[in-house]
Amino acid sequence: MAVLTYRDALNEALAEEMARDESVFLMGEEVAEYDGAYKVSKGLLDQFGDQRVVDSPISELGFTGLGVGAAMVGLRPVIEFMTFNFSILALDQVVNSAAKMLHMSGGQINIPMVFRGPTGAALQLGAQHSQACEIWYAHAPGVKVVTPATPADAKGLLKAAIRDDDPVAVMEGELLYNFKGEVPDDDDFIVPLGVADLKREGSDVSIITHGKTVHVALQAAGMLEKEGVQAEVLDLRSVRPLDVEAILATVQKTNRAVYLEEGWPFGGVGAQVVSIIQEEAFDHLDAPVLRVTQADIPMPYNKKLEAVTKPSAKRVVEACQKVLYR
Amino acid sequence: MATKVHMEALSPTMEEGQVVRWLKAEGDTVVNGDIIAEIETDKATMELTARGDGVLRKILIGEGGTAPVGEVIAVIAGADEDISEFGGVSAPPSTAAAPETAAPSPPTPAEAVHPSTPAPAEAAQGETPSGRIKASPLARRLAADKGLDLASVAGSGPGGRIVKRDIEVAAAIGPAGAAGAPEPLPAWGADVADYEDVPLTQMRKTIAKRLVESIGPVPHFFLTIDVDMGRAMEARQRINGLLEAEGRKISLNDLILRATAAALKKHPACNAHWGGDHVRRFNRVHIGVAVAVEDGLITPVVRDADLKGVARIGAEVRELAGRAKEKRLQPEEYTGATFSISNLGMFGIHEFTAVINPPEAGILAVGGIEETPVVVDGEVRVRPRMRVTMSCDHRVIDGATGAQFLATLKEMLEEPATILV
Amino acid sequence: MAETNTVEQEQALPADDFGGMTHQKLVELMRAMLLYRRFEEKAEEAYAIGKIGGFCHLHIGQEAAAAGSILPLHRDDYAISAYREHTQAIAKGIEPKAVMAELYGKATGCSGGMGGSMHMFDKSVGFMGGHGIVGAQTALALGMAWAIKYRGEEKVCICFIGDAAVNQGAFHESMNMAAVWNLPVVYVVENNDYGMGTKFSRVSTTDMSVKSASHGVPAHTVNGQDVVETYLFFEELFEKVRKGGGPQFVDLQCYRFKGHSMSDPVSGTYRSKAEVDEKVQKEDPIKLLKDRMFAAGALTQEELEAIDHEVREIVDEAEAFADGSPEPEASGLYQHVYSELNPDTRHFFDGREDM
Repeated sequence: MAVLTYRDALNEALAEEMARDESVFLMGEEVAEYDGAYKVSKGLLDQFGDQRVVDSPISELGFTGLGVGAAMVGLRPVIEFMTFNFSILALDQVVNSAAKMLHMSGGQINIPMVFRGPTGAALQLGAQHSQACEIWYAHAPGVKVVTPATPADAKGLLKAAIRDDDPVAVMEGELLYNFKGEVPDDDDFIVPLGVADLKREGSDVSIITHGKTVHVALQAAGMLEKEGVQAEVLDLRSVRPLDVEAILATVQKTNRAVYLEEGWPFGGVGAQVVSIIQEEAFDHLDAPVLRVTQADIPMPYNKKLEAVTKPSAKRVVEACQKVLYR
Repeated sequence: MATKVHMEALSPTMEEGQVVRWLKAEGDTVVNGDIIAEIETDKATMELTARGDGVLRKILIGEGGTAPVGEVIAVIAGADEDISEFGGVSAPPSTAAAPETAAPSPPTPAEAVHPSTPAPAEAAQGETPSGRIKASPLARRLAADKGLDLASVAGSGPGGRIVKRDIEVAAAIGPAGAAGAPEPLPAWGADVADYEDVPLTQMRKTIAKRLVESIGPVPHFFLTIDVDMGRAMEARQRINGLLEAEGRKISLNDLILRATAAALKKHPACNAHWGGDHVRRFNRVHIGVAVAVEDGLITPVVRDADLKGVARIGAEVRELAGRAKEKRLQPEEYTGATFSISNLGMFGIHEFTAVINPPEAGILAVGGIEETPVVVDGEVRVRPRMRVTMSCDHRVIDGATGAQFLATLKEMLEEPATILV
Repeated sequence: MAETNTVEQEQALPADDFGGMTHQKLVELMRAMLLYRRFEEKAEEAYAIGKIGGFCHLHIGQEAAAAGSILPLHRDDYAISAYREHTQAIAKGIEPKAVMAELYGKATGCSGGMGGSMHMFDKSVGFMGGHGIVGAQTALALGMAWAIKYRGEEKVCICFIGDAAVNQGAFHESMNMAAVWNLPVVYVVENNDYGMGTKFSRVSTTDMSVKSASHGVPAHTVNGQDVVETYLFFEELFEKVRKGGGPQFVDLQCYRFKGHSMSDPVSGTYRSKAEVDEKVQKEDPIKLLKDRMFAAGALTQEELEAIDHEVREIVDEAEAFADGSPEPEASGLYQHVYSELNPDTRHFFDGREDM
């Protein structure tokens, strides 16, 4: 096990998969000569050349469509968005092309491609750069969405995504790039898509989450422990496909759940998970399932207001206490 | 046939209520059981339900208005029915209204009025007036698995929702502790009366009169006794050893409560109420346990404490105390004690006196256990000693009566096996 | 292309040499255009009696554009288009019966009944789909061209768009990147002058021919009603692109004889009946070729009728095939949303268990 930053884990995943399969190429803004806006692609240009590590113009719709077109004829593009906020420009190609191609072609043309980059808020980037885009992608059948929270998951999920035959959005966290953790050395280490991970075991309440907020959930669990509450933290890792069995298992264990996510509440990932829980674990619930999300407003710039707007460990603790009837 | 809507006694101590909100307007159709108004009692805002079908024809007390218990505050009648007799004039409280003024409580003992108990913030109740029982899905499933009737379980969740812990408590202690409705205990046949009223002798009348003049409405006197708690502590340890596998345990207070109940059973003169013109001696032992809450204290009642195992008493006390702190006790859960216990030992109090909770005639003030040098068989030994002071209503209990009761209690605590005798 | 030609011999035609095109090629083009015309007429008829549903955009009047730009392609070249693509799909090599069955929504359709009029696909012949979002396919074509270059192949990708699509961002982004990376893609505007009901001059102050200029992509204007000119132009252009000539932009001028779709009027508020009538009279690509071949003695009425008879039979067979084909099974609905389903995780959230 090596200790890597999340950034380097992603970099290793890209390098290993590009070395493994010549049909894999990386394209996006500043990915080549600049080494990537967040340095995730550092050194890859030197290693693989400018045909496989490609700086694109600022044309999200265009280069995303390029990726889909290349995937239609068998290449495995990795399209980097400097942030998923910018990918909203490209959603037509994601939703109308990538997600539907296999189905509307009657099963002829699959789209083995990866969209990747940071999602969600970092610090004081304001309204247009601070959105969590998971549900925008996961909403469309045909797309897969993964949200690694740790370096190991980042590497394993990105490798799995590149090898997958369908379009996969790998949504990273800007604030996670420097986060360090142990990563298996194995070149074939992958984290299968659609498999959740229990990041902390507990018996009293389940905090279910994905992505960056896994760390908020763990912080909240630590606070709850001081009150004698053992919270379980389930990291979905994949938003779609979804490890429903793991969700049901933790709810059946603790009888109460709080969904935590960075995004907005309306029609969010949590809304979907809550729906599944009430449909399939109704008789195990001792309390309504609550959600802790970003405030239902655009992100403000002001530092204090931003902190208030984001979901916090304190809010998670309060939600847990509520479902525990404490 | 018009149905009078009375200001009902929605708490045991309520004398008048304020109409917070009418949930039905004049002209609305009303069905028996509909919630028609919110009434603020002396303790909480409660829902008033219709007791007849028809149209809410006339509201006699508007929102914000108050009325004494029993007063007609609205009239439900057929759409065309003549209600001129109610033409805006409040009907005087009538005896006919009396049966409806009783708190909607299941079979609580008939004596249940407890004037001095503090109020819970909200009278939570799993069953809504419409008859739907609010319970979490898990609680429903657990209740079904355990064969528990949800109607017999009090909900401690928001709005009285029955949740998992309520089922667990109900299952551990039986529905009695949870709902305040005592389960039929085998020792009690239907032919055994709950209590016996003893007419006052002339002498007792005089004692009562004189003593009240002397010391106040409740003429207290106090008896103190020291108890060696060594054996009781050992007993507790042994019992907890047995219970460990089940994840349960008992406290010394549970043991004291159980012993008090047993001693009271042997001294029914102390298990009594002052009734003004009679003394009511109880055949059943319901012990009030003083619980400190945020802004006062409340005395939830462990019913038939002389018939329950100490573990069950423990579970019940903790469950009641928990809900007492959340102010979620039902009125029937804090009324009807025949005797009370107050324990301040955990605060380091060595000895104190407690004030009697009328119409009860006695209360036990239990101090902490302290390592104390005592002479045993001519030698000075350090023993865990506890000081217990009983406050007695002299109108009911005389000095010797109380002393005998305390002697029995001491004996039982110093040799816990005798509790079972 | 299916079937053989009815005219065997090849001969030069001194009076009109058709740009050096062989007689066989001329007949092939006539036959192709007639097939497209009869096919679309059959589709129109089937739509009218409810055999075909949804949107249905006919290519009648633009047959020369399809034949002239697609027949010069190789089988392994890629073609991608918008939603007026039935005949383009046939031109690229999909059997008419598979296209008709797709219009009928049948399991035997080229997209298994899942695509319909706007989504014809056959990867095996390089027809990479009809696409329904105006201009979006320009970026997909860019990607396919990227793949051709990435792999060092000598292929081209042709991308059809309508005239209205040049106002989309995707068109300009794609045009720019195609130029930056010198990709083998030919963007063809089937310029019929109307984006649905909006005349091009109402939504652009510049001429179509300059739309690629700022990206440095060479532009060409071609009379798309003249199949000979069109064919010869593309034949030459593709060879240039195959050899690294880079992206191209073609304003292929043509005219739609029918309404935007089956649910739209042929003429009305946006163009006059007189305009359409005049175009039909003077610029019908089939009539233009017929007159020219008749004049040159390259085709007789009998021969033309024989060809027409033959293509009508093909179309009738296609209709019978489509009509007699089974509907796709509901059990297959979830089969092609993801390439593979991992049974240990959940892909679908509709709670349905009955399919």
